[in-house]
Amino acid sequence: MASMNMIQALNSAMDIMLGKDPSVVLMGEDVGYFGGVFRATEGLQRKYGEHRVIDTPIAEGGIVAAAIGMSVNGLRPVAEIQFADYIYPGFDQIVSELARIRYRSAGDFFAPVTIRTPCGGGIRGGQTHSQSPEGIFTHVSGIKVVMPSNPFDAKGLLITCIEDDDPVVFFEPKRLYNGPFDGDPNKPAVPWSAHAKGQVDEGYYKVPLGKADVVRAGAAVSIITYGTMVHVAAAAAAAMNVDAEIIDLRSLVPLDVDTICTSVKKTGRCVVAHEATRFSGFGAEILSIVQEECFWDLEAPIARVTGWDTPYPHAFEWEYFPGQARVQAALKSVMEPA
Amino acid sequence: MSNKSRLHLPHVPARPGETPDFSYVQQSPAGAVPRPEVNTRARDMLSLSTDLVRVLNDDGQAVGPWHPHLDAADLQVGLRHMLLTRLFDDRMQRIQRAGKISFYMRSLGEEAVSVAQGMALRPSDMLFPGYRNQGLQVVRGIPLVDLMSQLLSNTNDMCKGRQLPVMYHSRANNIFSISGNLATQFPQAVGWAMAAAIKGEDNVAATWIGEGSSAEADFHHGLLFASVYQAPVILNVVNNQWAISTFQGYAGGEQRSFAARGPGYGMAGIRVDGNDFLAVYAVTQWAAERARTGGGPTLIELVTYRGAAHSTSDDPARYRAKDDAEHWPLGDPILRLKAHLIKIGEWSEERHQALNAELEALVASSWKEAVAFGTMTEGPRLDADTMFEDVFKEMPRHLQRQQAALRQERS
Repeated sequence: MASMNMIQALNSAMDIMLGKDPSVVLMGEDVGYFGGVFRATEGLQRKYGEHRVIDTPIAEGGIVAAAIGMSVNGLRPVAEIQFADYIYPGFDQIVSELARIRYRSAGDFFAPVTIRTPCGGGIRGGQTHSQSPEGIFTHVSGIKVVMPSNPFDAKGLLITCIEDDDPVVFFEPKRLYNGPFDGDPNKPAVPWSAHAKGQVDEGYYKVPLGKADVVRAGAAVSIITYGTMVHVAAAAAAAMNVDAEIIDLRSLVPLDVDTICTSVKKTGRCVVAHEATRFSGFGAEILSIVQEECFWDLEAPIARVTGWDTPYPHAFEWEYFPGQARVQAALKSVMEPA
Repeated sequence: MSNKSRLHLPHVPARPGETPDFSYVQQSPAGAVPRPEVNTRARDMLSLSTDLVRVLNDDGQAVGPWHPHLDAADLQVGLRHMLLTRLFDDRMQRIQRAGKISFYMRSLGEEAVSVAQGMALRPSDMLFPGYRNQGLQVVRGIPLVDLMSQLLSNTNDMCKGRQLPVMYHSRANNIFSISGNLATQFPQAVGWAMAAAIKGEDNVAATWIGEGSSAEADFHHGLLFASVYQAPVILNVVNNQWAISTFQGYAGGEQRSFAARGPGYGMAGIRVDGNDFLAVYAVTQWAAERARTGGGPTLIELVTYRGAAHSTSDDPARYRAKDDAEHWPLGDPILRLKAHLIKIGEWSEERHQALNAELEALVASSWKEAVAFGTMTEGPRLDADTMFEDVFKEMPRHLQRQQAALRQERS
C-alpha cells in the first residue's frame, strides 16, 4: 500500500495496464511528453514510448474516431478528453459510433475504448471547465459511465474499464484529484494521505462496475450519490448528526439497483445528490427507480440535491455548487416532512 | 434584401427543363498525366490533385504511364464484378418498388470505384465503406444471399435486423460496419491504419465518402490525423456530383478540386477519372504501395456521376435535368471496360450477353435462396428477444428486465 492522490492512482492504473497489455495505448491532447494538464499520464511516454502514449491534435472528434479505429484493429485505447466540457466535438463519434458498433454489427465488431475526462467544478473553471455531463452519456444505449470518488476506487475502476470489452466514459471529478473535498472552499485543503481511500495498492487490482459502495452504513436516511458529492454529503450529514447511509454509486451504467433499493427499504428516506444540473439529470433516473421499487417503504418524498439549471458561472461558483447547506436542507425535508 | 448581394450561392448548371452542362468538369486527355514514383513528396506532385488521371481513351485503348498492365483475366473479373453489382442493384431496386424491402441505394454509374479499388487492395487490407460501395462486397466475395438477407432483415441477416438496408459488414472479409451517419468512417479508418503502423503490420486501411459528406468535420479530422501520423490509409472522395439535391458546389467543389484538400494537409492528392476502371485501379495500387512502404496517406478524388436517385426515397427528376446522365462526359464504367476488352480481342458481344444472362440467373437464384430465410411479411422472422443482445457484451440487469417485459407484452 502507498499513499496516493487520485492523479497518482490513475497514473498507476495506466502504468500497470501499459506494462501488462501491449495493446493498451494512451492518447489525447498534451498526454505524451508533458504528461497531461493534470499530470495523469506523467512519465508514461518516457517509460513506454511515443507509440504507446500519443500526443494528438486538438480535435476531440478525431481523437474518439481514431480510438475507435484503433480498437477495431485490436488495440485498447485510453483516450483523454482534457476537460469533459470539451467532449462535445466528439459526441457524434461517441453516441452514433462508439456506443453502437457492437450492436449494429451483431457482435462481429466491438470497440473497447475508455474515454477519461475530468469533470465538475470547484476549481474556478467557469462555464467551460466545470461541467458534469454524465447524464448526457447515461442516456445513450451501449456506453458504460463511471465516476470514482477516491484514489483507491479510481485506480481499480480504471483498470476494470480498460480491460472491459465495452466502451466506457470515465469521469474524474477534478476537485477530488488532490484531496477529499467536503464542499467548503474556505477550509484548508485536506490531502488524500489523511484519508483511508488514499491508501492504494501499488499492484494490479480491479473494482467491479455495477457495484455501489456503502461508504457509511446508517439507519435514518439513504443518500444516493457519486463523485465529489460523496464527500459533501458525508460532511453535511455528520454536521447535522444524522445517521445517514451514504451510497457511492461509482458506476452509473451499469447501475447497482440492489444496493440502492436495499438501503432505501431499510431507511425509508432518500436523498439523491449530484453536482450536475437538475433538469433531466441522472438524479431523476435514481428518483424514478426508487419510486418504482421502494414506494411502499418510503416515509417521505424523495429529495434531490443538484447544481442549478444554469451554466456554471465563474463569479458565483460556490452559490452554484451544491454544498453542505443544500444537502442539509434536503436532509431536513426528508427527515421532517411537513 | 436584394438577390444581388455579394454572397455567392453555387448554382447547379442544369435544373429540370434546362440543358445539362458539364463544362465545369476539368479533364485531362487519357495518358497525359505523369505517374510519379510512389515515394514522391506530396509538394512535388501538386498537379496530380487538379489534373485528371485517365488511362482509357475514347477508342477504348489503354494509354500512358498509369496503364496498370493487368492480365486480360483480371479485367474480365473486373467487368464481371461491375456487371454483377449493377444487375444486383437493378433487381433490388425493382424488389423495393414491389414492397419486398423497405429501402435501397443503387451505385449506378459508380461501379468502377468500388470494384477497381477493391481489386487493387489485398484481402487483409481493411475497408471502411460508405453506403454506395456495394462493389466492395462483391469483390470480397460476400454471397449475394447474405447481402439480400441483410436487405430483408431476415433470419440470415448479418446485422440481426438492426440496420437499415445496405449497411452491411463482414468481419471475416475485413469490411467494417457501415454507419448510416455520414463520414464517421473516415477518421475511424485512419485510427485503424495508425494501429496497423503501431503494430508493425503492412496492411492498409481504405475508406470512402461522397463529395457531399466531405463537408463534415469527420472528413477533416481524417485528413488531419492521417497527415500528422502519416498513417497508411487511402482516403477516397467519391465525387458523384450530387448530394441528394445539392450539387458538388455546396461541398466546396467550385473553387478547388476535392483531391486538392490532400496537398493542403501535406499529403498526396490524386484526381482520377472514376469511370475508368484501369485508371482507378492504377491510382489505388499506387496509393496502397505508397502507404505500405511508409509513404503515408493519399487522398483520391474519384470523379464520377450518380446515375440513379440518391435512394429509393428520392426522385431526382425534381431537382436535376432529366437527361443529365446522358451528358455526363466520362461515360459509363462498364461500357468503357467492355469496349477496351473487345478492342484488345479479349471480349465480345456474345460473351457479354452470356455473362449478363449468367449473372441475372445468379441474382434470381440468390433471391430465391434469401427469401427462404424470411421476408418482411412472410416466412421465418428473427426473434424480437434478440434486440436486447449486443448493446453490451453482457446484458445488464435493466436490459434483462426490459427483455422480460417485452416477452410478457408479446405473450
